[in-house]
Amino acid sequence: MKLVADGLTLVRGTRTLQSGLSFSVDRGTALLVTGANGVGKSTLLRAIAGLFPASAGRVRLDGAADPDAIAEAAHYFGHLNAVKSGMTVEENTRFWCGYLGGKAQNVLAALETFGLLPLRDIPAGYLSAGQKRRLGLARLLVAERPVWLLDEPATSLDVASQAVVANVVNRHLAAGGIVLAATHVPLGLSPATELALKAAA
Amino acid sequence: MHQASPPAQTFTQRFANPTRFMALSAKLLPWIAAAAVLLIAIGLVMGLQAPVDYQQGHTAKIMYVHVPAAWLSMAGYSLIAISSFGLLVFRHPLADVSAKAAAPIGAAFTLLCLVTGSLWGKPMWGAFWVWDPRLTSVLILFFLYMGLIALRSAIEDEALASKLTAILALVGIVILPVIKFSVEWNSLHQPASVMRLGAPKIHPSLLWPLLVMALGLTMAFIAMHMKGMQNEILRRRVKALRAAEVQQAAGYAAPQAAV
Amino acid sequence: MNAFRQLLKRDVMLTFREGGAVGTALGFYVMVITLLPLGIGPDLNLLARIAPGLLWVALMLAALLSLGRLFETDLEDGSLDVLATAGLPLEAVAAVKCLAHWLGTAVPLVIMAPVLGLLLNLPLDAYLPLVMSMLVGTPAVSFVGGIGAALTLKARRGGMLIALLMLPLFVPTLIFGIETVAGAVVDSGAFWPSFLILSAISLASIVLAPLAIAAALRLQVQ
Repeated sequence: MKLVADGLTLVRGTRTLQSGLSFSVDRGTALLVTGANGVGKSTLLRAIAGLFPASAGRVRLDGAADPDAIAEAAHYFGHLNAVKSGMTVEENTRFWCGYLGGKAQNVLAALETFGLLPLRDIPAGYLSAGQKRRLGLARLLVAERPVWLLDEPATSLDVASQAVVANVVNRHLAAGGIVLAATHVPLGLSPATELALKAAA
Repeated sequence: MHQASPPAQTFTQRFANPTRFMALSAKLLPWIAAAAVLLIAIGLVMGLQAPVDYQQGHTAKIMYVHVPAAWLSMAGYSLIAISSFGLLVFRHPLADVSAKAAAPIGAAFTLLCLVTGSLWGKPMWGAFWVWDPRLTSVLILFFLYMGLIALRSAIEDEALASKLTAILALVGIVILPVIKFSVEWNSLHQPASVMRLGAPKIHPSLLWPLLVMALGLTMAFIAMHMKGMQNEILRRRVKALRAAEVQQAAGYAAPQAAV
Repeated sequence: MNAFRQLLKRDVMLTFREGGAVGTALGFYVMVITLLPLGIGPDLNLLARIAPGLLWVALMLAALLSLGRLFETDLEDGSLDVLATAGLPLEAVAAVKCLAHWLGTAVPLVIMAPVLGLLLNLPLDAYLPLVMSMLVGTPAVSFVGGIGAALTLKARRGGMLIALLMLPLFVPTLIFGIETVAGAVVDSGAFWPSFLILSAISLASIVLAPLAIAAALRLQVQ
């Protein structure tokens, strides 16, 4: 299975962020998307996730049952956590598990991995920023998706938590997953290649 | 999945270019405006000279403005709906300009229809407003226009505003027949409502002034719409030029050092 | 189907929790119906005649209050991004959210209506038609109102704007809702036609509104 981008052109308003962008990511590898602020890293991830319509070009998942159905095969994790303050930690994760079609027994294991199990009955509104981020990341573990699109996953996380995230992502890679990550922090993902985005001329 | 948008339809392709539209409309506009002024003047003279209705007297002559205004308020909304369809389905470059220009003009004609209808009704019933079903649906149409204008002005991102306003216009045009039907039904079943704005019998000598006025007011609508579209195209050009200036100054053209 | 049920359960649950909209909507409904007779005067015959209209209009206003935030929290906390790409198609997500609003806000208001009818001296044989008309007509309010919520998601002054946009679109439901009640009380011949048309409008709204809502949401998650 391979994620292939072919001639992607991303335009916001009158600004062309990227033009004719082409790359591929093999299974079991991570693509680190780097570049200056505003160059289009987040927009690229959102375009692959299906949130942002590219003006030209295609993305496909070679080897999947439906190569064009990338949104259904991916976890998108952006700047926001998709966490509801009015629900407890466990309720939040259980909801996403049920909604995304994961197995119920994954919920507690996911919370444990991110060190949130002791907090399972606390309403998410009481959590710190880092804890909320970890709760959001727990979504990645409750339902299996081959492609992970991560936009600055380590934001708000302390060093120990960053190591946990790196571990989780590397385990996903070892199991044959595909990862695209925009990150300022060196997470130690491996095996990884880099896609350095430059501003379009 | 992420294909570029399909090419515009050939029928409107000739007029799709804003520059060509500006050139064409610059030539046509003076003629249309002149025709409008001429026809309205003739229509008013004909109307004032037409035989007086034996029941309603001279006030019935306000029909010569009221009826065309009613037609144009509906036609204006239909124009907006068609333009909105053109924007969302065909991505026609002038569709949004057309919709944006038409809204205030259509709203003005709707208001004209309401005011003339109210003035017509006052001598007949003694009140300025009696919830006559036809006038009531025109009043609701006025609120639909106001909604379009308000929504567009409340959203900062212009591209987003144009598409959302287009969706609202299409929702409105679908519900509009239901609204008219429900208002008619309401007046039929309410015990108290017997008051209706009856149109006087259309005698041939009354028909001509009406048609001339209708044509004249339609020309006026078209002229104002064209002018509005020209203004909007110019405004967008100025905005694009300013945006380009800002981008140059911000140095996006030059490569940046990696963070 | 499981995803549908999960999302519905979550949204209805959140409506009833602390910070949910149902309390405000009910409070507003009670307030308006209490204030109106104070303004109109205690003429019981007059109140009895206009009670169906007052109860319907105030219910629509109360429902509009909470519609504004239908998609707001999901946009703010990033849930909308996930809902728009995974699990259900966006049209189904839209339908679930409107259904959750109906169950969580509109139905409690409908239950409150006959209680408030006591304040307005609603005629005895109007109670059942009133509740029937409201149960059948309020889905149109939730679903068409959802269109307004989706359109005004990123608008300034969103709260008031949604009322301006939606009230004209609510007119058919309002008219046939009141006609249904009036028909039952005054002359039962008019009850069934109005009731059937009211149901038809609601059914059409349930089917068509999610299309417009999804189109509007797609434009705003970019």
